[in-house]
Amino acid sequence: MNRVKRYDPDKVFDIVNTVLMAIVFLIILYPLFFVAIASVSDPNLVNSGKVLLWPKGFNLDAYQHILTNANILNGYKNSVIYTLVWTVIAVCITVPAGYALSRRDLPMRKAATLFFVFVMYFQGGLVPTYLVVKELTLLDTMWAVILPTCLSVFNLIVCRTFFEGTMSEELLDAARVDGVTNLKYFFQIALPLSKAIIAIMILFYAIQQWNSYFDAMIYLNTKDKFPLQVVLKDILIQAQMNSSGAFGDAESVAAMQRIAELVKYSSIIVASLPMLILYPFVQKYFVKGIMIGSVKG
Amino acid sequence: MRTKKKRWRNLDLYILLIPAVIQVIIFRYWPIAGIQIAFKNFSAKKGIWGSSWVGLKHFIMFFQSYNFWEVLGNTLALSLAMLIFSFPIPFLFALFLNRLRTRFQKVLQTVSYAPYFISTVVLVGMLYNFFSMDSGLVNLILGKLGVESVNFMGKASCFIPLYVGSAVWQTMGYNAVIYIAALSNVSPEIYEAARIDGATKFQSILHIDIPALLPTMLILLIMQLGQIMNIGYEKVYLMQNALNLSSSEIISTYVYKLGLQQARYDFSTAVNLFNTVINFILLVIVNRVSKKASGNSLW
Repeated sequence: MNRVKRYDPDKVFDIVNTVLMAIVFLIILYPLFFVAIASVSDPNLVNSGKVLLWPKGFNLDAYQHILTNANILNGYKNSVIYTLVWTVIAVCITVPAGYALSRRDLPMRKAATLFFVFVMYFQGGLVPTYLVVKELTLLDTMWAVILPTCLSVFNLIVCRTFFEGTMSEELLDAARVDGVTNLKYFFQIALPLSKAIIAIMILFYAIQQWNSYFDAMIYLNTKDKFPLQVVLKDILIQAQMNSSGAFGDAESVAAMQRIAELVKYSSIIVASLPMLILYPFVQKYFVKGIMIGSVKG
Repeated sequence: MRTKKKRWRNLDLYILLIPAVIQVIIFRYWPIAGIQIAFKNFSAKKGIWGSSWVGLKHFIMFFQSYNFWEVLGNTLALSLAMLIFSFPIPFLFALFLNRLRTRFQKVLQTVSYAPYFISTVVLVGMLYNFFSMDSGLVNLILGKLGVESVNFMGKASCFIPLYVGSAVWQTMGYNAVIYIAALSNVSPEIYEAARIDGATKFQSILHIDIPALLPTMLILLIMQLGQIMNIGYEKVYLMQNALNLSSSEIISTYVYKLGLQQARYDFSTAVNLFNTVINFILLVIVNRVSKKASGNSLW
């Protein structure tokens, strides 16, 4: 007869859980929100801690500065080119290979799969890879950023898993009876049915290249060829690193610090913009891709 | 004769594999062949194949170098910290997020993987912005509370917390996706039965949700353990500065500095090989143990 229940554990749980998740929500969102409001506020007010919840001293000077900064603009252009070329090449290599590996009747399928999976766990490393790029005289060219990484074995396995799960044997058998070759089958039947995996691959690869800086940093010397992330690294990190202890050439450090002070929030927004715009549209593919990838690594 | 013909019938599929095979041979297997310079006295003139052998000289030099233990210790400390924090947090997040059952659940899930789209450079740039000595938000707030400014980015003891904390912030939502999917596969009837039997929500998390996630968690744990020495240099390198080097110098950044900045190709390749081999052995052991214990394995 406990009709009048003073204490309902489920209700308590719901309240505690909602509060907890609300805190998580704020922790995830606030840093992004702060960068956004700081980018359109008066830097002096930001630096003295007056901007916390809403922009103050609203202005777009920081964005104006970015639009007139040749290094950033050029980096942006390079990043767009590298990302486009790299993604097209990578997808064109990965998807057909993934399909071939998914076919149970591929001769020596086990060996072929092992050939790829092995390099996922055992790599030559930084210096031997650098020496290969050097040997091929790719140093300081766009191709040094593009060719060494234009196949991700992880993405290849995601593709293979996708095709294994979606292509029906009956369809293949029917096509065979009609005398369709394997290549024709792939390009004219399998590929048109696989728009989802192509979208997932474009997404995975494009994010990776847009956000990468390390290969460009080690393989490129000419400033004009730097992608956005390398330019940003110099502005955002090098300049501030110097203020927290490391040393460098005083004059260029001072110049860099001035730029950094101006654009340290707006450049974050500008650099992340393509991904943020893309994000709502590709979200469902993104989740689907992670799911396929995690079935079997 | 007939079986042989059948076996080779689909050889044309290899046409689809050719570009991928060429890429892997040139940019993955060729560098693996280049590992031999770890045992050689590399000279640019003689090339990789022509340089003379020196046996284990570089390895011995590395083991005897004054910062061997520091670099190895830093690598292990960072890996373990990542394992302890960045592994269970997405799991807990998924468990509790799954229980929201309101519109807020969808919103929070979508927001939670937004940070994954941010680049490493931007993430570390944000760290410098938020934690800088004079104008960083964190120090400004601490200042209002009467606490003296801390040089977070230039303090060795702050390196691991900042690295791990920002990693959790960036990847929690992404890593939770797979758990959330596994939870959505649990049949609603089980929850209903538990509720009729008088189980509270918290009890059904303990006795239904957690057991449902264990197999997934185990596989992910194996993968993590097998990667334990494989902390990438991208983010560490950006967070490094002269002041926090004593805890931020790990094997992969050490290899980069020696190899490409000081052009000690042979020595740094040896250091890297040491790392790769330990990692590979770990992976094989972990995989074998898990196969015996639970039937789960990577290959």
